[in-house]
Amino acid sequence: MKLMGAEILVECLKEQGVSTVFGYPGGTVLDIYDALYRDGTIEHVITSHEQGAAHAADGWARVTGKTGVVIATSGPGATNLVTGIATAYMDSVPVVAITGNVGANFLGRDSFQEIDIFGITLPITKHNYIVKDVNELAGVIREAFCIANSGRKGPVLIDILKNVQSEKADYEPQKPVLPRAKAVPPRALEDAAKAIAQAECPLVMVGGGAIASGASKEVRAFAERLDAPVVSTLMGLGAFPASHPLFMGMMGMHGTATAAKLCLESDCIVAIGTRFSDRVALNRDKFAVGKTVVQIDIDNAELDKNVSVTHAVLGDVKEALTTLIPMLPEKKRAFSETAKAYRAQELASQKPPELGHRILIEAAKLAPKDTIVVTDVGQHQMWTAQYYPVEKPRTFCTSGGLGTMGYGLGAAIGAAKATGKHVILVTGDGCFNMNLNELSTAVTQDLPITILLMNNHALGMVRQWQKLFYGRRFSQTDVRKKTDYVKFAESFGAHGMRIEKEEDVDRVLKAAFALPAPVVVDCCIGSDENVLPMIKPGQTYDTIMTEWEEK
Amino acid sequence: MNRYTISALVTNKSGVLVRVAALFARRGYNIESLSVCKTEDEELSRMTIVLKGDDYILGQMMKQMDKLIDVKKIKRVEEDAVSRELLLIKVRTDAGTRSQVLEISQIFRAKVVDASPEATILELTGKPAKLDGFVTMLMPYGVMELARTGVTSISRGKTTIQDETDYKERI
Repeated sequence: MKLMGAEILVECLKEQGVSTVFGYPGGTVLDIYDALYRDGTIEHVITSHEQGAAHAADGWARVTGKTGVVIATSGPGATNLVTGIATAYMDSVPVVAITGNVGANFLGRDSFQEIDIFGITLPITKHNYIVKDVNELAGVIREAFCIANSGRKGPVLIDILKNVQSEKADYEPQKPVLPRAKAVPPRALEDAAKAIAQAECPLVMVGGGAIASGASKEVRAFAERLDAPVVSTLMGLGAFPASHPLFMGMMGMHGTATAAKLCLESDCIVAIGTRFSDRVALNRDKFAVGKTVVQIDIDNAELDKNVSVTHAVLGDVKEALTTLIPMLPEKKRAFSETAKAYRAQELASQKPPELGHRILIEAAKLAPKDTIVVTDVGQHQMWTAQYYPVEKPRTFCTSGGLGTMGYGLGAAIGAAKATGKHVILVTGDGCFNMNLNELSTAVTQDLPITILLMNNHALGMVRQWQKLFYGRRFSQTDVRKKTDYVKFAESFGAHGMRIEKEEDVDRVLKAAFALPAPVVVDCCIGSDENVLPMIKPGQTYDTIMTEWEEK
Repeated sequence: MNRYTISALVTNKSGVLVRVAALFARRGYNIESLSVCKTEDEELSRMTIVLKGDDYILGQMMKQMDKLIDVKKIKRVEEDAVSRELLLIKVRTDAGTRSQVLEISQIFRAKVVDASPEATILELTGKPAKLDGFVTMLMPYGVMELARTGVTSISRGKTTIQDETDYKERI
């Protein structure tokens, strides 16, 4: 049958099972919006700004594992997506971004709202297209979905010229083909299995790849069979249950002291779906000196990239572990007992939490069942990672790689829309101000999002670095905004609440969680709460700082 | 720093060259030459890249390139592979120097492709080192301009780049 390009797009989205898209209309996507309108089966969520839509598609994808979709017009609409696409790229999130562009006879003439979004997004997409021929459109869309959600996942951008949207071509419906991850043959794992079996103190290090691969069950079976303690990167939180006795917390710059000790004392690290980023390995040359390191990853280029490993295994994490687990002897180890003792000791020696931490600890206790937690970036992000126990995969969204301030609210909208579950967004006053326009989207969509706004009147993490490395010269990190966030929330049609002291925590959180609607909780915390422990950038794990010390 | 040669089969469509070039720029790879041509399969182009670096950079570059959807096959060219480059060089010549320049050309088996009262254009095909030597010998006469194609390479024997496995098919 002959269809217009815009109709082909809508049909192809339906083929892929897309129920909801996020976006913002404009001149060069009018045909697409008209086709969506006439079709009427795909829900479109309009945000305040395209960046919010991109983060929403990302949040949608992180909590469902399905590909998120965002649509924007040419020029500024497209460039506004850039931060959202880059965020998804750095965290390997499957997103398909669709942009319109000017018609073929205007292309290359610096026409109104013309921009080379193909060129701009080259280095921040897994792949991208500019479609100039309507006959190629359906094939491109199908391929884009396939690329976004296979292998190492990531964003794909499709730029569609305006004339392509209105021109007609033959369209035949097709069932989507999602390439299945290939099995990892035992011979690829034999050496690694031997090395792991010989280790006395193996440590399992789990990253975001374990979640992307849907391998939490396998990670758990692997750790239990090995009786090995498990540490997680920021991106890996949720891949292994936080309440499991073998879980030793997050590792890296703001990881637990236990994780740091175990990294130093282990003789074998099994790194599952992680790329040893500088925030995790810190000093990549010294991180694993003298240890057996087995790295399992689906991205060939990540093997041996940051830390040189003794055994590199290419393949899907779930498939690799499925092959590996039966190759290992079941064994109880003294090392896991040591780890548990370290962890118990660390927890017992913790000081009474400051207000910011207290709020997160209580929120974890009071939150509705199956709550999804989303964060922005900075101190509150690290506190959440440290104090909010993430039990299940795909219930924790954070911008790990790009560290995008302003990511949270858009992502929370996507997560809430996708699951219908309660979402807690932990943000700071710096981050919240970057994209707070999306509160109106949350209100319009009537989404159950509790926003815990850690308001310290400071850009806390930058300030913390200024304390440590810049002689307390607080250049531009004291936020002197006079915003009343309760009134702000109310003016947007949301609920506003405030926590000023410890006695408020329980009451306000209960009231906030009871409302299945957007609530902004202005949490008035001090400017000088720090994130600890901390290992300074480029340092080794033995230099971990557990008490605040400034030189 | 070592010098490595890499061959790749890539999709023959616009945007692929910029994708590869952008990858080199972003990751900071030091490229000495890059040549692109059509192949026996009209869907595919062949790139030959000469890289300066160490084994780590070579490995990373090949893996990063292999990740590009448009890169279908990639292979490090063996030391003994057939590698050639084409040089066109315009040398200042007059009645007094022309015969000397022609003598040098004969030693290198270069061809004269154009001659005028003040300049001669020579063509030479060979390994890059041979071309370097030729250029050095002509320097004293005045090299007015030169153009080199960059190296292009092909393996000896019956093995071809098609025998390589695409990493994307292994996962």
